[in-house]
Amino acid sequence: MSTATTNGKKAAQVHRPSKVGQLATWVDDRTGIAGVAKKQVRKVFPDHWSFMLGEIALWSFVVLLLTGTFLTLWFKPSMGEVVYNGSYDQLRGVSMSEAYASALHLSFDVRGGLLMRQIHHWAAMLFIAAMFVHMMRIYFTGAFRKPRELNWVIGCLLLLLGSLEGFTGYSLPDDLLSGTGLRAAGGFILAIPVVGTYISFFLFGGEFPGDAIIPRLYTAHVLLIPAVLLALIGLHMLLLVYQKHTQYAGPGRTNDNVVGYPMMPVYAAKAGGFFFIVFGVSALMGGLMSINPVWRYGPYDPSQVTAGSQPDWYMGWPDGALRIMPGWETHAFGFTLSWNIFLPIIVLPGLMFTILLMLPFIENWITGDKRDHHLLQRPRNAPTRTATMVALMTFIGLLWAAGGNDIMAIKFNLNLNYITYFIRVMVFVGPVVAFLITRRWCISLQRADRDRLLHGYESGVIMRSPEGAYAEKHLPISTGETFALTSREHDDIPAMPSDADENGVANHKVWLTRLRVRLARFWYSGNIETPSREELEAARHHADDELAEQELAEYHDSHVQHDRHGIETGEVGKH
Amino acid sequence: MTGDHEDAVRGNQDAVVAQPQPGHGLEPAGHADGPVDPFADPGLEEHEPRPTDVDEHAARRAERQIAACFMLSAFFVVLFCISFFVFKIGNNPTTILGGYGASNVTLGLFLGLALLLIGIGAIQWARKLMSDVEVVEMRHPTASSEADRVATVEALQQGVSDSGIARRPLIRNSLVGALAMLGLPVILGLRDLGPLPGNKLSVTVWRKGMRVVNDVAGTPIKPEEVEIGQLINSQPEILFEKDANGQPKYAGTELLNAKTKASTIVVRMKPEDITPTPGRENWGVSGILCFSKICTHVGCPISLWEQQTHHLLCPCHQSTFDLGNNGKVIFGPAGRPLPQLPLMVDSEGYLAAQSDFTEPVGPSFWERGER
Repeated sequence: MSTATTNGKKAAQVHRPSKVGQLATWVDDRTGIAGVAKKQVRKVFPDHWSFMLGEIALWSFVVLLLTGTFLTLWFKPSMGEVVYNGSYDQLRGVSMSEAYASALHLSFDVRGGLLMRQIHHWAAMLFIAAMFVHMMRIYFTGAFRKPRELNWVIGCLLLLLGSLEGFTGYSLPDDLLSGTGLRAAGGFILAIPVVGTYISFFLFGGEFPGDAIIPRLYTAHVLLIPAVLLALIGLHMLLLVYQKHTQYAGPGRTNDNVVGYPMMPVYAAKAGGFFFIVFGVSALMGGLMSINPVWRYGPYDPSQVTAGSQPDWYMGWPDGALRIMPGWETHAFGFTLSWNIFLPIIVLPGLMFTILLMLPFIENWITGDKRDHHLLQRPRNAPTRTATMVALMTFIGLLWAAGGNDIMAIKFNLNLNYITYFIRVMVFVGPVVAFLITRRWCISLQRADRDRLLHGYESGVIMRSPEGAYAEKHLPISTGETFALTSREHDDIPAMPSDADENGVANHKVWLTRLRVRLARFWYSGNIETPSREELEAARHHADDELAEQELAEYHDSHVQHDRHGIETGEVGKH
Repeated sequence: MTGDHEDAVRGNQDAVVAQPQPGHGLEPAGHADGPVDPFADPGLEEHEPRPTDVDEHAARRAERQIAACFMLSAFFVVLFCISFFVFKIGNNPTTILGGYGASNVTLGLFLGLALLLIGIGAIQWARKLMSDVEVVEMRHPTASSEADRVATVEALQQGVSDSGIARRPLIRNSLVGALAMLGLPVILGLRDLGPLPGNKLSVTVWRKGMRVVNDVAGTPIKPEEVEIGQLINSQPEILFEKDANGQPKYAGTELLNAKTKASTIVVRMKPEDITPTPGRENWGVSGILCFSKICTHVGCPISLWEQQTHHLLCPCHQSTFDLGNNGKVIFGPAGRPLPQLPLMVDSEGYLAAQSDFTEPVGPSFWERGER
């Protein structure tokens, strides 16, 4: 874009009209876009590898749109019966649905069709995996705090819709594996009390499998869900641009500014280039790594199944919950309630999603924090939060492992029943243990930070005292690192309320406030405060003395030793 | 932690206040020779020039590298085009040599490399040649100014009051009512998504006297052909029958729907291994029993048979049923025993059903009842 349109107050005036300038003038005369663009063209984004995770999700979504559009040109979302007559020998002459036949046609008779199918599936994996990891980064660094709670909610919806989109997508080819997945999904729906049978009949257009589910899933997969995804991603990005990206604390990086590189040209090149990297990696995966070889499974037949049938990995954890659930069923008043299905596959995912969605609001309620936060926290500096997510991850991870209990039994030659019993216990014990360990671990890391602030870093220089004792010299860290390590907020622990307020009026909701205060105290408990100014100065003073002592010692040493010391102090600045 | 530092990291105490905290943020502190305030912001690190900033040779080399990436990318696109025409797509994409599968591998490889090289070139350009001086942008408060908020609320109130909606409840209520009524066409419009369940989940195509046949060939089974420990996947004979015009009675969707409920397995155990519950003593034929193949958990077809223990394991969620003990669940998440089909021998000596299943097969559902 020409600088003429983006620079200065009189945006639309171009002094020396160039081709680009003329075009920009033409556009601005009709849209007035220069007013917005002048700020955004040089918008600053901070740089950190962890900010790339969301970008992977964004770009893999674009790859999904591109490859998915290609696939729709050949895929026929129909359950009408045809006899396959394409290139794949083993299935020629077999009766199958048009959906499956067209998936085979795409794989064997359209050049690049298999590649596009595989890129699409791999990109879907990348999309969901990147969303998961991005979400954890956001949570662990506290990036969801005010004013970014809405973007957390949008992100959770994106993860949910992305998973649904994945499920509807891998159900479409109508092969034996995807049909088995749909059969199970039908069973899940039947387990919903009161209305389950009706929902199932309306969804499948009658009995399972019927002839309606593939076209209906197709509409959801290529129209409804992507449209909502696209709108939510747009909103997600819009809020990101408006609120500006968070950044890690560091010299010159405060809560009031954002330090980084401008959109034009650095991020345009970096982010634009990254799109090609993501697309390129997906293309390499699609070309070199087989995924979902539907031709091996054969057409769907409700009387057949392959051993080791499993959903895509992101659906693995509810499947695991289903596997370890005891077979509880209640029969009463002529009705049947299948707890064994309803609890793990309908209630649990809904509950987990609600917890995920509520995490920022729960934390905010506990801490009562009303401040705007633009500086990211290190996970260690919020031990209870970090431990909460690790506990959730442990829970999900164990369920996920349970989803592969048969595979583990075969690969590790273990007893399937014992694996299942073990995980039944561990889903309750594991998260608690993980919570406690993570919390203590974080607090220990805080302690290490405090030591680093007070006593400096380990220099690698071993000193021998006149008594013959050996000790490692510590050297002070740089001012930049000191600033980064001390850029922590005060723990705002609320006071316990009394039964009555200052006017003697009884406080009715006092129990709730007390609960909140107790939780807040637990939330912050164990936190190691950063040293006070006096402590830090005293420690520094002590360190200076030691340093002088050390330098005196080195004065008597050889020049080689002296040079080495010089190199090391040179490194201090980069810490 | 000191008070002024606290303010620096806390940011806007009150989101409505538009001014950023003065005196913090950018000014580097403690750069003087005196004692360094350990909590003050030392300011941005000094920009260190890259080799490409100071050495024109290094910059030219980077330029050549980047251009080489782009040119190499174009070269791989040419290779992609050649591969598109040269390699035929075979019927076994997992074999790479001999032309089979070579299409997918080469197309993916060359497309991937072409894309990657554009990305690598662009990022290298940004890293080596574009300015790497960090830019500082001040944040604005996320919230609008108090004046804007007041103005917005006033405008909204003006709008509401101009409409008169508060003064004319008749209009408001009738509009709300009319809009609520529009939900009915939506619900009715979706009514024909599917038929009502009726008793469809409770009945199968099995009838008295219908033969139990091999699920692939459709051949009927004589008891003496079944060996002890053997499992035969079976179907009702009607699924293989043809009508008067020579067309199959069940095909396509109807066939799949019928199989979803009617699929069975025939197993033979030693009669002494079988402990039938009262009423089921004559449901087997000399140790041959017939069970539904559809798991009572979520409906997967059960296929893993342990001859010695006469246990049947579902491959989906590992529910395990003891066929010697009336299909009882002995492990896993299934809530109910596997339904058993009463067997008999028909006049020609083939295995046949005594009746339909006496309970609904497959996953549980609300209206299933207590059977």
